Amino acid sequence: MESKFYEEDKLLVFTITEEIDDCSVQKIRRIADYEIERYMPKRIVFDFDCVTFMDSAGIGMIIGRYKFASMIGATLEIRNLNASVKRIFEMSGILKLVLVA
Amino acid sequence: MKEIFENEMKLEFISKSTNEAFARVAVAAFAAQLDPTIEEISDIKTAVSEAVTNCIIHGYENKQGIVKIVGHLRQNEIILEISDKGKGIEDIEIAKEPLYTTKPNLERSGMGFTIMESFMDRMEIESIVGLGTKVTMSKKIKPKLEQEDEDFKMFTKC
Repeated sequence: MESKFYEEDKLLVFTITEEIDDCSVQKIRRIADYEIERYMPKRIVFDFDCVTFMDSAGIGMIIGRYKFASMIGATLEIRNLNASVKRIFEMSGILKLVLVA
Repeated sequence: MKEIFENEMKLEFISKSTNEAFARVAVAAFAAQLDPTIEEISDIKTAVSEAVTNCIIHGYENKQGIVKIVGHLRQNEIILEISDKGKGIEDIEIAKEPLYTTKPNLERSGMGFTIMESFMDRMEIESIVGLGTKVTMSKKIKPKLEQEDEDFKMFTKC
């Protein structure tokens, strides 16, 4: 996963480049929380453009980051979902909470 | 009488989360013999990933054990049995409910069984507390001709 912070917009973008499962979310979660705490952004974006596989571990990961974002008064956005990733997020109902682009 | 399958495979590995990717890719390669679509392969991979994660996190609770996958191909159907010899499930009906999880502190979503049920055609759980759990699921792969017909129907509708 790569991350980039845009100071002027207080925007933190994470680009997930790996398959998302129970194994990889542990690392994603650790990096994301570290970077969020470090920059205290107003907007957090997770870009799924390079994600070729995701199971339900991705739901828990996004719900967890959503809670963290709410706690520090930031918004959370997920973008570039492919059909299968979108289907899994739809089943969880999380698309009602986070912004989708 | 033992059922006759056209092809069979068995896979056993240690309950490490790094093996989840190995398991779903191996099963996908086995399923490829039925000439599935990318979407069908993706459904199977997701269901396998959920089942294997359950064995590792819930069955063995991250202690070391063996996860076993038995795969069968019969005509255009793939049948998978994914099992562990872990702690077992006390109440299967509750465990199957969407969003139910025994481990909310680990950011588990409680969607595992729901995803397996909706991504496969059939899913059954057998479990004995203290002895382990076996999930059996199957999916029919649509023959390509049928699909072309459907695509054609969709096309003519437009």
